[in-house]
Amino acid sequence: MLLEISHPLELIKLTASLDSFLHGLLPSWAALLIEFILVGVVLLAMYAVIALILIYAERKITAFFQCRYGPNRVGKYGLIQSVADMVKILLKEIIHVDSVDKFLFYLAPFFVICASMLTFAALPFGNGLHAVDFNVGVFYLIAVSSLSIIGVLLAGWSSNNKYSMIGAMRSGAQFISYELSAGLSLLTVAVLAGSLQLSTIVADQSYVYHWNLFRGHLPAVIAFIIYLIAGHAETNRGPFDLPEAESELTAGYHTEYSGLQFGFYYLAEYLNMFIIAGIGTTMFLGGWNAIQVEGWDGFNQVMNFIPSYAWFFAKTGVLIFLSLWVRWTFPRLRIDQLLNLEWKYLLPINLVNLVIMAIIVVFGLYIK
Amino acid sequence: MLGLLALKAIVRIVSNCNFSTENMNSSLFLVALITGASLIVAGLGMAILLSPKSFNPQKGEAYECGIPTKGTSWMQFHVGYYLYAILYLMFDVEAVFLFPWATVVRELGPSGLVSILFFILILGLGLAYAWRKGALKWK
Repeated sequence: MLLEISHPLELIKLTASLDSFLHGLLPSWAALLIEFILVGVVLLAMYAVIALILIYAERKITAFFQCRYGPNRVGKYGLIQSVADMVKILLKEIIHVDSVDKFLFYLAPFFVICASMLTFAALPFGNGLHAVDFNVGVFYLIAVSSLSIIGVLLAGWSSNNKYSMIGAMRSGAQFISYELSAGLSLLTVAVLAGSLQLSTIVADQSYVYHWNLFRGHLPAVIAFIIYLIAGHAETNRGPFDLPEAESELTAGYHTEYSGLQFGFYYLAEYLNMFIIAGIGTTMFLGGWNAIQVEGWDGFNQVMNFIPSYAWFFAKTGVLIFLSLWVRWTFPRLRIDQLLNLEWKYLLPINLVNLVIMAIIVVFGLYIK
Repeated sequence: MLGLLALKAIVRIVSNCNFSTENMNSSLFLVALITGASLIVAGLGMAILLSPKSFNPQKGEAYECGIPTKGTSWMQFHVGYYLYAILYLMFDVEAVFLFPWATVVRELGPSGLVSILFFILILGLGLAYAWRKGALKWK
């Protein structure tokens, strides 16, 4: 990995030189404070920009699937459509219905946004580009991302609206069910990787056949597929969008939210899609590692020239495209079908899969 | 009173983080948390400053197809959700025990594998029991 750090386009050099510059200029507490503020600003900017890009991409790709044009009026190819939407949503009055529980109503978005922000901060975007890197990283991701369901339940409960209530209950049942599968499939990979720290997991997947997806033979592939299904269901999208089924519940748990308050839920939904794809990339597809094949030296050199964050975003983009494809292809499930899929199929398969993976790891049958 | 307690807790958390490189992670965790909260506070502040304000009694009505809503919405809901929540609790606690195991599978070897097999087997039996009793059936 030392070879990649010397790469001209890697941002780790920039951050390291900035760090030494600030520490040389200021006392250490002031330098740290400025660095923390910089980290916060960068996180915020990436959060907003990724959401804007994803909203535009989703609308264009959906239009492509449905044989129509999609946004094409604001700017060239409708490129600044989502910027215009954001400005519009900022100019809306913030109102709440008389019968809501005001405190909980305004508290709910904090849970949803903070949960996705905390998860977002833990993603390894590139070589050395991660804000939070705990030694229990995988566990941290699962623990923090499940905070958002508290926000959703609070939103549904405090709205004092029957649609919101039903939407929140469905969302709660769906989220906690599929969180099990997502957690267990990530656990299967953690058994294979032998570590819970995200930076270690990524660093171990250097060559293509070291990617956790290929390294663990069939159980890893099964875990990947289960993770994709469960992650997709966790974001309340695609065939699993019962909590906000428009035709029955108007908008589900955020029916009573309007303007920017609604915008926060919208933002968090797209960011959660990105986060799920990002975790999938990190755990299964080698994270920010370039595609490298042992023995093909010329090929590896060319691939190494592309910086690590570009690889991360490219792989994540592929998984997001897959998620969009599923969303616009399959019809919506019923609540009992949804829960059956999880409890009667995915969970037992997952448990057996975990045991098989443990046997493979203990007897050293995986690709070393 | 509650606000005071919350303030005290926040002060304690901040004072325990002696912003050094050793526990950089926990300080950065706090940074991310504050970033998320400030996104909402700043956004709402901007919206309040920029947006027009008007009064209309119908703005205060719950959204329900245009007719006034009947009764409270804080009512009883389907018991099925409750059953799934209990089942979830069982498996979630299991995951807490399995995560530390995942890091030491190689060191523990076959004997550790056998012990964890029994653990997973008992959990599987729990799921099978719930299935047999009809807890997984949506009525």
